[in-house]
Amino acid sequence: MLVTQQEQLRADVTALVDKLGPGRSSLIPILQDVKRRHHGIDTDAMQIVADLLDIHPVEVYSVATFYAFLNPAAQGEFVVRLCRTVSCELAGKDAIARQLETELGIAFGETSEDGRFTLEWANCMGMCDQGPALLVNDRVYTRVTPETVREIAAECRAAYSGHAAERKEGYLV
Amino acid sequence: MSIQTQGNTLTFASIDGDAGLKAALAMSRADIIDTVADSGMKGRGGAGFPTGMKWNFAGSEKGDKKYVICNADEGEPGTFKDRVILTEFADLVFAGMTIAGRAIGASEGIVYLRGEYTYLRSPLNAVIKKRRADGLLGKDVCGVKGFDFDIIVALGAGAYICGEETALIESLEGFRGEPRNRPPFPVVAGYRYAPTVVNNVETLASAACIFAKGVDWFKSFGTDRSTGFKLFSISGDCARPGVYEFPFGITVADLLKEVGGEAAKAVQIGGASGHCVPASEFGRRIAFEDLSTGGSIIVLGPGRDMLAVARNFMEFFVEESCGQCTPCRVGNAKLLEGVEMLQRGECSMKYLQELLGLCETMQLASKCGLGQSSPNAFVSIVKHFKDEIMGRTLVH
Repeated sequence: MLVTQQEQLRADVTALVDKLGPGRSSLIPILQDVKRRHHGIDTDAMQIVADLLDIHPVEVYSVATFYAFLNPAAQGEFVVRLCRTVSCELAGKDAIARQLETELGIAFGETSEDGRFTLEWANCMGMCDQGPALLVNDRVYTRVTPETVREIAAECRAAYSGHAAERKEGYLV
Repeated sequence: MSIQTQGNTLTFASIDGDAGLKAALAMSRADIIDTVADSGMKGRGGAGFPTGMKWNFAGSEKGDKKYVICNADEGEPGTFKDRVILTEFADLVFAGMTIAGRAIGASEGIVYLRGEYTYLRSPLNAVIKKRRADGLLGKDVCGVKGFDFDIIVALGAGAYICGEETALIESLEGFRGEPRNRPPFPVVAGYRYAPTVVNNVETLASAACIFAKGVDWFKSFGTDRSTGFKLFSISGDCARPGVYEFPFGITVADLLKEVGGEAAKAVQIGGASGHCVPASEFGRRIAFEDLSTGGSIIVLGPGRDMLAVARNFMEFFVEESCGQCTPCRVGNAKLLEGVEMLQRGECSMKYLQELLGLCETMQLASKCGLGQSSPNAFVSIVKHFKDEIMGRTLVH
C-alpha cells in the first residue's frame, strides 16, 4: 500500500473511531466501513485499526476472518452472492450459478482480473419465497433467471464505468 | 422490492402498537411482566422460551444498566417473516422493545440486523427518528417521567451463528460470534455483562399486540400450551409461497392446502435445524408441543431427492459452524461425508448406525443450539426415507 493510501486509511479510521468511540464494540462497524470502501482489509488496515482501538492486530484478524462479509481478501467492486440454500436450490439455483460463471467469466470464490466482480455463495438471505435470489453488494435480486443474470451483470458494468460517487449510488437501495 | 404476503392477511396490520405501548406504560413494571407471563407467549424465534419468564429474570436482576436486544439475525434457511415484519410493521417491533425496556428497567435497545438485510437499515433508522420526534423514544417516553429509552440498529456481517443469543452478544461487543458458556444466561450477564433480554423480532411485535388488544384476545388464538398466532415463512414446492399467519395448532395438511402444496412428499419444518416430516405424518400439528418451528416451512414436492436435501443442509452447517466445539465442528463434516457416501451408494448399514450414534453425541455434547440441532434433518431423513437413500447406484 502506498504511503498516501495508508495515510488516507488512517484518517478514515480515525474519523470512525471518533464517531463510534474507541471501545471494542466499534471494531465490526469499522471493519464493515473499511471493507465497503476498499473492498478488502489488508494487513496494513488491520494494523491501523488495531493501533487506534488499542488491541492486538491478531484480534482484528480473528474477527475479520470469522465473518463472511468481512472477508479480508481483496474482492471486486461488486460482490455477487448467490443463495445456495435449499429453497433457492429447489427454485433452480444451479442454472443461475452456471450462467453467472459464464457471464462474469469467473468461478465461485474468484475475483475477476479487472477487479470488478467477485462471485460467492450466500447462505440463505431471506428471499426463500422468491428464489433464486442473489445479492450484489447490498442490493437484492429475486426470481433471477439465466436471462436476467446478463442484465444484472450489464447493470453493474454500466455503474462501474462511472464516477466513484455514482458507483456507490448504483447499488445502495 | 416486492414483499409477498399472499394468501391471508396479517393481524399485525390491524394493530396499533403505540396504543399497546401507552397501555403498558400505564402499568407498573411488575404488571407488565405478569401480563406477558399470563399471555403464555413463547419466543417466536424457534426455541420457544416463555417470554414472560425471560423478562421476569432480567427485571429482577439488580443493576442500573440493562439492555433489550431485538434479534433480527434471521438466518435459518427458509425463514423470511422477520424481513416482512421489519419492512411493514417496524413500529410494532419498536413499541415491543420499548415495553420490554420499561418492564426490565433498560434504557437502551439494540436491533441486531443481519448483514444480508443491510438495505433495511436506513428505513429502520428513519422509523426510529420519527418515533424520537413523536416522543415515543428518547427522554421521558410518552411523557412518563424518568423512563428514557432509545434504540439503535447494529449490523451483523454474515454469520448464521450470530442468531444464537450469546454469539449475537459477542458479535455486538466486537468479537467473533462464538457462543458463550451458560450459565450465566444473558438475562443475568448479557451485553457488556449487564442483564439483557434478547427477543426475536416477531416476539417483540406480538408483545405490543398483547398490550394493544389484551391477554384474553391473544389467548383466543392457538392451543393451551402454544398461545397466539404465528407467522410462517412458506417456500419450496407450493403454488403460493410467502408469509402466512396461522394460529398455533394447525395441521401440516391444512397448512399445505392453504399454500397449494398438497402434493408434497415431505415438509421440512423449522429450517435446516428442524425436522423433516413425511406425508404419512401430515396430520401432526404445528405447535411447541408437537412440531416446533420458528416459522420456516419448506415444502418438498414429489420427485425431490431427499439425499440432495440432506446434503444441502449439511453443507450449510459445515460452513456455518463456528468451529469452537468439537462435536459440531467435526460432527457436521463427518455427516456431510456420510451423505456423500450415501449418494455414491457406499454407506454400509453398520456405518449408518455409527453416523446416527454420532448425531446423538452432537445433540448431547455440542455447546450451543447449532450443533445440538444440526443433525435433526439428517436423522429424520434417514428415519423416514431409508428405502430411498440406501443402496444407490452412482449415476454419471
